[in-house]
Amino acid sequence: MSKLNIKLRDPNEVMKLSRLGSFHQSKLSFLRSFIREFKDWEYKRNIFELDKDGYGVAVYSFEKNKRNYSLICFAQYINPNERSDRVIATKWDAAFVLHDGMPTRKDINRLKENVPKQEIGRMSYKELTLSRANKSVRIFDHVVNSLSSGNQPDKNLLSKVGYLYRTTAVYGSGKFGLADRFRIKNRKEIYGPFRLEMMLVYLVRQFTFDQVNHIAKFKNPDKAIKLDENIARNLGIGNSTGLGMAPFIVNHPTLLHKWIYNREKALKDIRSIETVNSDEFIFFKNCLAKSRSIIDTWLTDSQYQNKKINSLKSDLIEFDKFIEKDCLIKTKYLWNTIYLWVEKNLKEECIEYIVSMMMEPYDKIIDPLIGNMSSEEELYFSIPGHRKISVLKTILEKKYQPIIKINFKEKNSTSNFWFISKNKEEPRVANRYEEHGAELEQPLAIARDIKRLYERILKTNQSETVADFLLNNDDLRHVVRRAFIADQFPYSEIQDNTIGASLMPIDMLRLKLSFFGAVKFDPKSDKWLRINMYQGAPLSHELKNSDDTWIYNSLN
Amino acid sequence: MMSFSEIETTAKRASKAAGFSWGIAEEIGKSTRSLELFGLPGIINLNHYLKKIKKKHPTKIIKIEKENKTEGKELCPIYSGITFLDRCLELEKLKSLKFYNVSYPLLMLPFISRASEVMSKKILIQYNNSSFLLNFDKSIFSKNIDKQAQPQANIVDIEFIENKNSFSKQDWKELYKLSEETFVEESDSLKATAAGAGLTDND
Repeated sequence: MSKLNIKLRDPNEVMKLSRLGSFHQSKLSFLRSFIREFKDWEYKRNIFELDKDGYGVAVYSFEKNKRNYSLICFAQYINPNERSDRVIATKWDAAFVLHDGMPTRKDINRLKENVPKQEIGRMSYKELTLSRANKSVRIFDHVVNSLSSGNQPDKNLLSKVGYLYRTTAVYGSGKFGLADRFRIKNRKEIYGPFRLEMMLVYLVRQFTFDQVNHIAKFKNPDKAIKLDENIARNLGIGNSTGLGMAPFIVNHPTLLHKWIYNREKALKDIRSIETVNSDEFIFFKNCLAKSRSIIDTWLTDSQYQNKKINSLKSDLIEFDKFIEKDCLIKTKYLWNTIYLWVEKNLKEECIEYIVSMMMEPYDKIIDPLIGNMSSEEELYFSIPGHRKISVLKTILEKKYQPIIKINFKEKNSTSNFWFISKNKEEPRVANRYEEHGAELEQPLAIARDIKRLYERILKTNQSETVADFLLNNDDLRHVVRRAFIADQFPYSEIQDNTIGASLMPIDMLRLKLSFFGAVKFDPKSDKWLRINMYQGAPLSHELKNSDDTWIYNSLN
Repeated sequence: MMSFSEIETTAKRASKAAGFSWGIAEEIGKSTRSLELFGLPGIINLNHYLKKIKKKHPTKIIKIEKENKTEGKELCPIYSGITFLDRCLELEKLKSLKFYNVSYPLLMLPFISRASEVMSKKILIQYNNSSFLLNFDKSIFSKNIDKQAQPQANIVDIEFIENKNSFSKQDWKELYKLSEETFVEESDSLKATAAGAGLTDND
């Protein structure tokens, strides 16, 4: 037990969007925990039936103790004019589905008719996740041409992109007929959130390597060589992510709490270590040093992101000086000393970077948290109608402090509204005062509605029950439910205004993507960004002997 | 086949479009999913009911009493169900309730089922020759289920079932006696050595 009694960080600070939008990957990230869980599973390439141009079907699988997960890949020709990363696209270079078990030919034929169609196709409960991807044509063609001429591709060119393919959506949990989560949630190997989505992306990465090697070989059978493994390892899978992710973190409050709480608990436990041994400290410093290659190769045209990257770089220089000058291994509660200095002297981007780095030496702290990052959301759905309004008022005052201070009478506080587009059923955000459709606003303006709730209960008899209040105020039922959830789960709410004029939706995307384990956030606007996943990750045949710090091995 | 996640999302959105608030629509989404999970015709009943009320939104039920009716109007199964759920702990003392002239009564069921869990009591619902025993929102045992939409019930009877066993003392005694055959008869030696505590507690 720590004598310092270090507390979890204040949700009112941590849950601000600027802070959440400064989160980085860590040992808790889902793609790293996926590799830790599946490294000793049997990997196989079961079917590889591509033509000379790389079009056709391939199947990859992971198997252990009679459990099998298979990725089925469908690669096809598309006209370059049809290639688009936007969610409104209807054709992609390749489409993928993760199947529960080994698919039969009948399954493959059924899926061949549906998977390439994506949102307008239908999957069955035997399919778990669904995705599609487009080639980075510039890189893909360069790699194929180089290999077929007997040369390895230009590493400098590869480092500017970092992948051969970009996924543009990864769907799971019952979408388009896929298996509902409840069917598989008790499987221990997939306790971590999004584990099957992470599996899909990992196997897609392997497919991209096999496909370039295959095409190069057909193009020039005598001269073609295989992609060098060191180069392949430094390629990941790109991803273009739009607003679809933003409502997710609002619509799953207990899950959001679990993710943030476990990160905060890890930080608290690490800060509470009284004596840090030199191996741990050296490990931390090594990871920090190696991670610089990710920052140095983090390229973006986004002014917003470049400002953050530059602040990270300059803060890390300050941090290095502090570490060298003022951090003695003998210092009691060294991590706490470091954290307090970081919080006082550095900006959010670097504070959260160091928080992620501090986790690196501590498997024993992180591993038990991984299995605790899912949530049984149904358990917290019912509203306790018998509670008094005075109780609800206290909850709002305690749990939504920053929110009830916002003045929603100002036009700037309500500039935006969230809606679902009709053509692809995707979330969008638009200006309430300039665009049509605000009357169909989605219930994602939580801060505004919490404030409305607060103002209304101030005028209500405090001894009334919540059930009485809801009889005449059912327009606020959705936030009454949330308030009772927030009472139990302090990190369940974003403590910011998600419809204000200064909203940066990419902060919401980055929060989620950092938990995925994505790096190199490259905003293309305030509403969508590109990222890289699995860059530096062990190749499929290297999984068994892989080490969890692979993410820092990337050279690109 | 539609996944349960798709059922929940579509039911929620359709309910909002039909005039319910988002908070109520969330409840309807969960309830429809729950009906379909239990093998009951949630989607059919909801679809018919939402079509019926899209132009004229139903009246809310203000209070729940032993006997519930609104003069000349049908009771809304959603508002009745949700108000029942929100107030279930105070309704327990009534032991049984009646709702008269209820539209699409099946849609009330999931709310009462959730109330059964909140109250830790089984609840029996009967209408139109169908009966449903709601078991703490874990299962629904039903008789004479109509797989089609039932637009109306004259009377919906709700009865709270006291927590009591379904078997006789004799049945229990016999079963317990059989279970004793898994025990070991304790010798003096076992009494002295096999237990954790001392022979006396006066030390």
